[in-house]
Amino acid sequence: MVEIQEQIDGLLDLAERKGIDVSGELSGLRQKLEVIREATYRNLRPIDQVQVARHPRRPYTCDYLERVFTDWIELHGDRAFRDDAAIVGGWARLDGRSVMVIGHQKGRDMKDNLHRNFGMPHPEGYRKALRLMRLAEKFGRPVITFIDTPGAYPGIGAEKRGQAEAIAMNLREMARLRVPLVSVVIGEGGSGGALALGVTDRILMLEHSVYSVISPEGCAAILWRSADHRDRAAEALKLTSSDLTRLGICDEVIPEPAGGAHADWDGTATALGEALRRAVTELQALDPEQRMAARHAKYEAMGAWQEA
Amino acid sequence: MAWFRKPKKPLTSSDKRDLPSDVFVKCDGCGEILYREKLAQGGYVCPHCAHHFRISADAYIRLLLDDDSFQETESELTSADPLEFTDLKPYVDRLVAARKKTGRADAIRTGRATLEEIPVALGVMDFAFIGGSMGSVVGEKIARLGRLALEEGRPLILVSASGGARMMEGIYSLMQMAKTSAVLARLHEAGLPFVSILTHPTTGGVTASFAMLGDVNLVEPGALVGFAGPRVIEETIRQELPDGFQRAEFLLEHGMVDQVVDRRELRATTARLLRHMNGGPRE
Repeated sequence: MVEIQEQIDGLLDLAERKGIDVSGELSGLRQKLEVIREATYRNLRPIDQVQVARHPRRPYTCDYLERVFTDWIELHGDRAFRDDAAIVGGWARLDGRSVMVIGHQKGRDMKDNLHRNFGMPHPEGYRKALRLMRLAEKFGRPVITFIDTPGAYPGIGAEKRGQAEAIAMNLREMARLRVPLVSVVIGEGGSGGALALGVTDRILMLEHSVYSVISPEGCAAILWRSADHRDRAAEALKLTSSDLTRLGICDEVIPEPAGGAHADWDGTATALGEALRRAVTELQALDPEQRMAARHAKYEAMGAWQEA
Repeated sequence: MAWFRKPKKPLTSSDKRDLPSDVFVKCDGCGEILYREKLAQGGYVCPHCAHHFRISADAYIRLLLDDDSFQETESELTSADPLEFTDLKPYVDRLVAARKKTGRADAIRTGRATLEEIPVALGVMDFAFIGGSMGSVVGEKIARLGRLALEEGRPLILVSASGGARMMEGIYSLMQMAKTSAVLARLHEAGLPFVSILTHPTTGGVTASFAMLGDVNLVEPGALVGFAGPRVIEETIRQELPDGFQRAEFLLEHGMVDQVVDRRELRATTARLLRHMNGGPRE
């Protein structure tokens, strides 16, 4: 694919410099690229899905905020320590309806990533998220979360300030909220740091996103004793959207355009918006008791065990 | 001056529970030679340096509960290997080995009991069973224990020792964090007390779910408790961690636990706490 793209770029470059008409060659090449791209994305191995989910050009939370929602007003801070830029949150409108949107936010370049900590939150990020969820609860607004993180940050400050407690408290409190909750895994669903925004009535996943208890690299390092076996770990962990649908965790897969979300941000956002509207509408039709009972039943059923 | 530095003890997964069956035991803390029987009587706490040896779930049951009061629940629940997971060896083989080693079906024992005559619902994790990892069985047993506590109005006590989620059960192991926390939400709303007792070591998905959600969190002296393991943190930040990092006293200092409690005082402390928190009217 890279080869054909290079040929196209070369051709365009040539055409521009010499003023030659290359449209015939160009459309042939583009068609070929499309065919290969579609075939490739239909047959991605789990480890390839992980790579697509981490693609540096993949749309992040703020990119969907621009495209799916209107009237976005960002709210900052946990009121206790600081504002964590690895999680963004605030009021927005979905088809005019007021909703609370909270999501992990990765950086687009190195400078941005230092600010966003590569989308790896500290405890104060999770506490900000909980504060905003409680705000939504106060005003009866649905909460929509976007999940996209390698994981909660493993550092000294994070431990001192109670990373484990912050995550745990979100898990417990999300189970208690009376408002509709929808989460969408848009990229990397990295372990507890992802789940801390993910105890919701509906769990949606973009087609090429992944959701896992541990990264394939981490799993391979522990169980295969070498990160080189990450492709085998990725396969064994069953972390793709189709795996998670089969395992009863993912409620809906949102299809991505050919070539993945990074190839067409607007197209992905359109599909995502439609899925969100449907989910929120369905959930709002239930009364809070029904929603909470269903949420508890959903999580209590998760797992696989054998009775005696 | 790297040659001055105290050599770091490697993190081992060796099972200190399986103490040599000899008459004498050497203390890991102070090196003192101890008489095994006397050590056992003292809850496997070194009488010289108060080092807490790692003990089994059964030992905690004897230590915390009134004699013969423990009625086990769900002891037959076993893992279904939902992913048919195989790494260097199949997960089912690991399960068989762990069962053989511990004589238990999975990494937690749960049941009804009394503690200084207070009826309680108690769960104790066993680190010897695949590192005390939480898969579907651990999560489900805690959820059922929580529901039992709700139905019978019993306070909940969970003794944790765990390396975290059981990755051989993939996403299901992650979701046990949500499942156990959701049951605790119901307990919380019902006004039932939950005492979390953290023992060495408790990390990862267990710390980041039920173990940190106690109305009161107690920790044994010297226990390592955290979200990320020290190795992962060192690899991330590329520097050595300070002495005592993530240890019980560090947790107390940083406000994560209510008290550091010597194992020999756990029963009395828990009972006193429960008498404060149990059975009160909820306005």
